[in-house]
Formats: sequence, C-alpha cells, structure tokens
Amino acid sequence: MRHSRKLAGALYAAPVAVFVLVFFVAPLLLVGRMSASDWPLLAGDRGINLPQNYEGIADNPLFWPAVGFTLKYTGIVVVILIGLSLLLAVIVADNRRGSGFFRSAYFLPTTLGLASASLLFFGFYSPAIGPLDPLLEWVGLEPVSWLGTPNAALWSTVALIVWKFAGFFMIILLVGLQAIPPDVYEAARLDGANRWQSFWHVTVPLLRPALGLVLILSVTGSLLAFDQFFILTKGGPDNSTVTVVQLIYREAFQRFDLGAAAAISVVVLAALLVLNIVQFRALRRDA
Amino acid sequence: MSTKLWSTSYYVLAGSLAVLFLFPLIWTGYASVAPHGATNQQDGYGFGNYASLLEYDAGLLQYLWNSTFVSVLTVAFTLALSIAGGYAFARFTFRGKDTLFLLTLAILMVPYSTLLIPLYSMLGDIGLRDSLIGLSLVLTLYQLPFAVFMMRISFEAVPKEIEESAMCDGAGTFGVLTRIMLFAVWPGLITVGLFSFLAAWNDFIAPLILVSSADKAVLPVAIANLRQQSMGAVDFGATQAGVVVMALPCLVLFALLQRHYVRGFMSGAIKG
Repeated sequence: MRHSRKLAGALYAAPVAVFVLVFFVAPLLLVGRMSASDWPLLAGDRGINLPQNYEGIADNPLFWPAVGFTLKYTGIVVVILIGLSLLLAVIVADNRRGSGFFRSAYFLPTTLGLASASLLFFGFYSPAIGPLDPLLEWVGLEPVSWLGTPNAALWSTVALIVWKFAGFFMIILLVGLQAIPPDVYEAARLDGANRWQSFWHVTVPLLRPALGLVLILSVTGSLLAFDQFFILTKGGPDNSTVTVVQLIYREAFQRFDLGAAAAISVVVLAALLVLNIVQFRALRRDA
Repeated sequence: MSTKLWSTSYYVLAGSLAVLFLFPLIWTGYASVAPHGATNQQDGYGFGNYASLLEYDAGLLQYLWNSTFVSVLTVAFTLALSIAGGYAFARFTFRGKDTLFLLTLAILMVPYSTLLIPLYSMLGDIGLRDSLIGLSLVLTLYQLPFAVFMMRISFEAVPKEIEESAMCDGAGTFGVLTRIMLFAVWPGLITVGLFSFLAAWNDFIAPLILVSSADKAVLPVAIANLRQQSMGAVDFGATQAGVVVMALPCLVLFALLQRHYVRGFMSGAIKG
C-alpha cells in the first residue's frame, strides 16, 4: 500500500517533472552552451567561440549605455511606484463611502496587458491624436514633444509604467495594511501619537514584508523592461532608451548573433541572481 | 471642523487620482470611435477604425482566433499540469519531491529573455517554432510556478477526512481526485485559469520572438505591427481600436471575477 502510494505520487508529478526538464532545465543548459559558441541565427552551432562572446559584450558600444539607462530607469520607477502605491493603499484602506470605487479605479489599468497599455500611450502621447497637446493649448501652454527628447521619452515611459502597475502594488500593500491589528493604532493613539507619527512609526515598520515583496517585484520587473520601450520609444531617440533586454533582442534578431545574445543573457541572469540573494538577505535580517 | 477638512481633502486627493487613472482608459475608447484625419473615421462618430482592423492584413478575426487559441491552450496546459502536480505535492511523498518543487519555483528567478533565446533554437529543432502550440507551451512554462504553488496550497487546505472516507468506499487516488478533490479546489482552479488566460492573452515578447508568420500573429504583435506599416504614416485610430479590442476581455473578466484577482495577489503576498 505505502509503496503503491509512492508510485502514484511520482506518476502525478511526472508531467510537471518532464515539462520542467524539457522547457526549463534543457534551455538553461543550452543558453550556457550557446554563450560559449559561434552561433549565427540561421546557420546554427559552428563550434566553440570562447571567450570572444563574453569579451565582445564590453566592446559593444550600446552595452554600457544600456546598463546605465536600465539602472537609472529602475531607480526612478521603483521610488515613484512604491511611494504612489503606498498612498493609494492608504486611501482605499480607509473605510469611507466611495473607497470601493477608488480601489476599482486605481486597479483597472492593471487588467490591461503591458503591450496594450504601451500602444494606448503611443497614441496618447502622439501629436496627431493625443489629448495632451489640446489640453496644454487650452490652458495657454506650448505643446510638448512627449517622446522627442531622451529625457521626455524616459519620463513619459515612467508615467506609463506607474499608471499600469500602481494598482497592482496597491493591492499587495492593502493586504499588508489589513493584516495590521487595529489595537496597535489604538495603543499608539493612547501614547499621544498623531496620524503622521503613527503612520511612520507603526504602519511602515509593520508593512515591511509587503513593502519587501513590492520592492523585489518592481526592481526585477524594471531591470527586465522590454515591451514598453520596444513599442513606445523603439529605443529612441538616438538609442537613448535602449534597455538590456532590448539589447539581447537586437543582438539575436537584428544582428543575427545568438551566441552574443546568449552571453548577455547569461550575464543578466547572474546579475539578477546575485541581486535577488542580496535583497532576500537584507529583508531577512531586518525582519 | 478638523474631521470635515480631513474628509474634504481625502475626497479631493482620491478623486483627482481616480481621474488620472481613468482618463487614459476613457480616452482610448473615445479615440477609437471619434473622427480624425488620416484614419478610417473621417466624419462624425462611428466604427470606421474597427472596420479597417477587420480588413488589415490577415484580418482582425484571424488575430482574435490566434490569441484565443493560444490563451485557451495555455490555460488547458497550465491547469492539467498544476492539478496533477499540485495533488502530488500536497498529498503524496515520493523521491525528489522537494527538489522538483524548488526547481519549479526557480523558473521565477530566470528572466524571460534568457530562456527565449535557447527556446527559439530548441523549438526549431522539434518543429514547434512559428507554431501556436509551441508558443502556448512556452507561455505555460511561465505560469507554472504560480499555478503549481497555488494548486498545492489549495489541495493542502482540503480536510484529509473527506479523502479517507472515499478511500474506504474503495475509490482509488484518481477517483478521489476527479470525483471529490476537484470540486473542493475550484476557487484555486478559477484563479489559476484567470491568471494564465490574462498572461497568455497579453504576452508580447514570446510571440514576437517565436512566431514569425503574419497569419499566425497574436493580437498584441499584430496591432504593434499595424502601427509600423501603412507607408510610414501611423493609423492611430485603428491602433486605439485595437487597444480596445485587446482590453475588453480583460475588463469583462475583471468585472466578473474581482474576488479571484485579490485572492491571487494574496497568495502572491504569502509567497514572498
């Protein structure tokens, strides 16, 4: 009986095991091999090319600008997203009339896909059809080229991402807020704390696990940004908004060099693993 | 007095933020039917932009079918794998159980793009590149960590007594699964199904890389391409009509299944 139950368990787990081996472990091993090989997109494997693929990364004129831009973008997005979604969570956690409506309103953009949202804002920012320039003219201001300069393109994309994801992070923080027992606030009030003091000294520390999750998700998501820049700015103007993942895409499918693309992928994977371990450690220690 | 002031500022702040969040959504609906130069909707309000989508390249209906096919197939693969796997992880002990579970969760740690390069080459070798089935399999991979985790905790939450009484009545493990357990875990099934459908429906980079034939494009890729064609001039009207077509199913599912959204996020919060 015990033996047959073990066998049954292994049988139920077998599809997942096969799937994970074929579509996860095998590609992971293959990307390692590709990164060490001369592997043009059409010709396939043409033998070892070590360490040229990895040496070539640093020589790529777009690599360091892409790394710098991705880090800058991540920093901006993470700070604004966490601040705004915390504000939204506090607003909708308040049990007033209408807070349910506000929660749905802030959450609705999250239901769109990132590509749809990027296409929406592609029209939204365009001088041809967008509503922003008429609004500016109406209040007596000059029209703005929302995607025309490197800085404008960066901030316009940040606005899109904040709009799309703030509601998602709001829900995570809301769940965290609701887990805080009301008597802690009561105790803080009896000790003479005002609203601000109890927010900074009670809410924020107790919200740490939820804030940690939001931090990890938003950092990882921004470092791997692709759709929004591919659709909205196409990496322009003048390659000023090329991210690391876009660089991988260009190496593979515009310069047809899968070996070089695989080498960058491996570097990104290693960097992300290190970063996640550091973040987990830091959060563990604080908790 | 102070509470009244507090209340007014609450509504001013919350209300203006709601306007900011809703405005782009309302605008895209408006722009898709409003008259504009260089679009198919020249005079008055109407559905000219949707008409030009219907005729664009392989046609809107073909792209809708491709997206639906890929999304439904991804949901089917994800549910089948996560039901069997979740049941195994929750109720059985077998060799390599913990390793396999951790390996499944580790998929989350590996960036999408890192796997797409080798998967592009692998799918080519087994004849599944430029195929909607191959695309669904890759999309399933990224749903697996959440789905298996979700189904494991759903099965674990079912009381063991129900299962044991059925066993006494002579049901095998498969009978218990199909006749009892599946009914007990249906909220988990809906959450997993909802999330994998939305992820597959909205995904952009995987179909962009893995599917190249124009008549096999899914909606997001087709609409993004539409924008780049037509002699350099962008048809913004048709683009916004496309955004509405892509967004509608998502908004309807949100309206119907609001509770399950929050449930999915909460299990995400537990995971962290």
